[in-house]
Amino acid sequence: MTTAVRFSRVSRHFGNVRAVDAVDLQVAAGEFFAMLGPSGSGKTTCLRLIAGFEQPTAGHIEIFGETAEGVPPYRRNVNTVFQDYALFPHLNVLDNVAYSLMVQGVAMPDRHRAAEQALDLVQLPGYGPRRPGQLSGGQRQRVALARALVNRPKVLLLDEPLGALDLRLREQMQEELKALQKSLAITFVFVTHDQGEALSMADRVAVFDQGRIIQVGSPEDIYQRPNTRFVAEFVGSSNVLPPAFVQARWGRDAWASLRPEAVTVGRGDGIQARLISRAYLGANTRLALEAEGLRLSAMVPTGQPLPADGDTVTVSWAPEAVHFMTGEE
Amino acid sequence: MSGSGTAILPGRRGLFGGLWDLFWRRPNLLLFLMLLPPVLWLGIIYLGALFALLAQSFFSIDEFSGLVRYELTLKTYGELLRPSNFDIIVRTVTMAALVTVAAAVVAFPIAYYAARYARGKWKALFYLGVMLPLWSSYLVKIYAWKLILAKEGILNWVFAKLHLTWLLDGLLAIPIIGGNSLSISYIGTFLVFLYVWLPFMILPLQAALERVPATLTEASSDLGAAPAQTLRHVILPLALPGMIAGSIFTFSLTLGDYIIPQIIGTSRLFIGQAVYAQQGTAGNIPLAAAFTVVPIVIMGVYLWLAKRQGAFDAL
Repeated sequence: MTTAVRFSRVSRHFGNVRAVDAVDLQVAAGEFFAMLGPSGSGKTTCLRLIAGFEQPTAGHIEIFGETAEGVPPYRRNVNTVFQDYALFPHLNVLDNVAYSLMVQGVAMPDRHRAAEQALDLVQLPGYGPRRPGQLSGGQRQRVALARALVNRPKVLLLDEPLGALDLRLREQMQEELKALQKSLAITFVFVTHDQGEALSMADRVAVFDQGRIIQVGSPEDIYQRPNTRFVAEFVGSSNVLPPAFVQARWGRDAWASLRPEAVTVGRGDGIQARLISRAYLGANTRLALEAEGLRLSAMVPTGQPLPADGDTVTVSWAPEAVHFMTGEE
Repeated sequence: MSGSGTAILPGRRGLFGGLWDLFWRRPNLLLFLMLLPPVLWLGIIYLGALFALLAQSFFSIDEFSGLVRYELTLKTYGELLRPSNFDIIVRTVTMAALVTVAAAVVAFPIAYYAARYARGKWKALFYLGVMLPLWSSYLVKIYAWKLILAKEGILNWVFAKLHLTWLLDGLLAIPIIGGNSLSISYIGTFLVFLYVWLPFMILPLQAALERVPATLTEASSDLGAAPAQTLRHVILPLALPGMIAGSIFTFSLTLGDYIIPQIIGTSRLFIGQAVYAQQGTAGNIPLAAAFTVVPIVIMGVYLWLAKRQGAFDAL
C-alpha cells in the first residue's frame, strides 16, 4: 500500500515550545486519518506541516514519496479546509470554488463548469452567484469543501472543519464527509479535538498530547485498548485503575482502563460503592461512584432502575473488560 | 431583612437620577441630544458656508466695474474653459493623480509590513514614524524641503559625492517636468506633495490590510496561487477600500493645496493658487468659487466610478 504522508522524526519548535516533537507518522493512501488531541497538542501544527504553512525544525516529511521540506504550499497538491473556512469575501461562491483553477490559468467556462460540479458534489447546486456573507455556517463549510476538492488533490486536510456547526448539522456532515471520502478515494487527514468525531469517521486515529503521538490505531484499538492513562481518559473518559487496585485483584503491576459502559451496577456480588451523583444523557445515565477511595463512572442505559444519590450499591464487570495499559510506566 | 443596601430594586440616586431613567426609557432622545451640536456645526457652519461659496459661482463679475453681478449665469463656468484656466485644471489634476498613484505604491509595502509583521514596540515605532511628520509645522517642512532640493542643497551635494550629478542633470533636462534645479521644477513639487500626503495613504491602507485575515493568504497559497497571484487576487482587492480612502485624501489635498506649488516648483499656477489669487488680489469671487467646484466634481466622479468598479464591495 502506498504511503500518502510520512513523517520521520519531525519536530517543529517555536522558541522553547515544542509544538511537534520528534513525530513519526504514516498515513496510507486513500485512508481517512484522524489526528485527535486537546488544544495545543500539536495536531494542527502537524496538519500545517503537511500543507506547507510550517516548515519542520528537524526531521523529514514525504508526501507520496516526494520530499516536502522547502516546497511552498502553492506547489503542493494538497488542499486544506480551514477551521474558519477562509472563503474570499470579495468573490462569489462560484469564483471561490474555481479559485485554484483560475490561478492555474484554466479558461473561465471550463473552470466554472468544474466549480458547478464541485458544488453539486457538496449538495449546493445553484449557489454559485451568492456571496460567502449570504451563506449559513453549514453552507460555507460545504463551499470550503468544494473549493478544496475542485482540484482533486492527492491529500485533503481538514482542520476542525465541523467545530463551528451545531450538533445536528455536525452529525449530518460527518456522514457526508465519510461518504465523500469513500467515493472520491482521496486521502483525508482530519484534525479534531472531539473524540466522538474521530472514532466515528476515521479508519485510523492518532492521539496527540504535548507535541507527541501517544497512540495510533483503529478506532476500536484506541477506544478498547488505550495504551496510556491519557488516551484512556481523553478518548471517552474511561475509568483508570491504579496499580495498587489492579495488583490486589489481578496480580499485575500495571495501570488498567475500564469503560464506563462495562461497569454493571446492582445489588449482587461485587465491590461496594457509593453513588455520588447522576447525569442524565438521554440514552444513558452516567453515574459517578466512589469505591475503595476510587472514583468510578458507570453508564446505565435508560429504562433500568437507578439508585438514589448516597445509596450504597455493588459494582462489577466482566474480567475481559479490564484492559492493562502497557504504554504507562 | 433590614438595610436599604440590599433592596432588589434600589431607588434613584443622585441629582440626575430621573434624567438617566428618562434617557433609558427613550434612547432616541439621548441620541438626538448628542447629535444636535455636531449636526448644527456640520450642517450650518461647515456645509452652509461651502454652499454659500458655491452659489457665488453662478454669479458673474462685471468686467468694467469689477463688481459682482447677482444674476444666475453659467458665464463664469465658461471662463474655466479658457485655455489659461483650463491648463491650471489639467496641471493640477495630473499632479494629484500622479501623487496619488505614487503614494499608493510607496505606502503599500510600509502598510503591509505594519499590518502583518509589526508587533509591540515595532508597531508603536511605525505609528510614531508615520505620524511624527504630521506633528511639525507644514510650512517648516516645506521650507526645509526647499533647502533640500535647492541647487546648493543637500541632495545635489549627495549626488555630487556619489558622482551621480549626471543622473540628476539628466532628470532635470527632461522637458516640462525638469528645470534649473529640483526646487523650481515639477519633480520637486511632486516629491514634496508625495512626502506631505504620504501618511494619509499609509494609515487607511494599513487599517484595511489589518482587516484581511491571515488565513485568506494561506488559503490562496494552499489553492496554488504564487505570492504575486495572492497579492493580485486576494490582498489588493481586499485592501482596495483602504486604498480608495487614502487616495481621497491624497487626491483632494493635492487638488486644493496652494502653498506647496507656490514655494516649490515653477511659477505656473495650480487650482489652489488660482482660487487664492482670484478671491484675493483679483477680487473675482465667482471665478474663485467656480474653481473650487472643480475638485468637488472630480472627487464626486472619482468616487462614483470607484463604487461602480466594486471598490467598496468588500466593506
